[in-house]
Amino acid sequence: MTRIGVVTFPGSNCEHDTVHTLGLAGADAELVWHRDTDLAGLDGVVLPGGFAHGDYLRPGAIARFSPVMGEVARLADEGRPVLGICNGFQILCEAGLLPGAHIANRDLAFICRPVEVEVVDTGSVLTRAAEPGRRLRIPLNSYEGAWVDPTGEGRVVLRYTDDPNGSQDQAAAVANQEGNVVGVMPHPERASEPILGSDDGLVLLRGFVEACREVKV
Amino acid sequence: MKVTVNIVRRPDIADPQGATVARALRDLGHGAVRSVRVDRSIHLEVDGDDPDQVRAEVVRMCEELLANPVLEDFEVVVEG
Repeated sequence: MTRIGVVTFPGSNCEHDTVHTLGLAGADAELVWHRDTDLAGLDGVVLPGGFAHGDYLRPGAIARFSPVMGEVARLADEGRPVLGICNGFQILCEAGLLPGAHIANRDLAFICRPVEVEVVDTGSVLTRAAEPGRRLRIPLNSYEGAWVDPTGEGRVVLRYTDDPNGSQDQAAAVANQEGNVVGVMPHPERASEPILGSDDGLVLLRGFVEACREVKV
Repeated sequence: MKVTVNIVRRPDIADPQGATVARALRDLGHGAVRSVRVDRSIHLEVDGDDPDQVRAEVVRMCEELLANPVLEDFEVVVEG
């Protein structure tokens, strides 16, 4: 069974949805606490959405010092799949596991609506099961959702087909150069069952679970 | 010692808040406003007698936590 940890920070609020949906995608997912310092035995890890540590100072600025982040960095260095969704994406950037940072949406609006994204790079643990060019409808739910990367090192793997928030290169999801660490601003776990209006997100999470299953360290 | 840290968004990074404030000011009739940037200040009280040492420690705080080097520059003012 593929074991995936979903980190609960104080202020996370999508961790249960994420565990549920990773289960639909074929994983044995479990919650891990942000103070845990041993993630041995996990094949991959997800940082879920929410407002870790109240988003104080900057989203992710304090969460990157949570004790669990040492293990998250170790898994990333070992080449295991690491995914940050929404606030989790912000945390991965603050932690330096992904390039760039997030600023407020261009129009200072909190955006909470489904958006369309296009798969532009399938060389990441999130997008590997999706066909290039496929368009997916997934809910976006963020205020500091615009990704900026002055270094140009980010690898955009999902791109908004319109430009909802001013994100650089219309990036909706960004990977590291190796493709094993990915951050995605919209919420695939909220679009993974037909009863929710879309199950477009499931192809992303299925790919992530497959990547966790296959990784050999 | 009292220390003020001014966190300034780098000029090449957009500041949507500043742009919105600029629009609001112009709407209020302040047509002379060319641009607005909104920055943050953090005020600390830090134990210590040596201003240089205190400054050096606060600079480390900025590098570790208070500022994000991707987006922001910072200035440390030790007020004594």
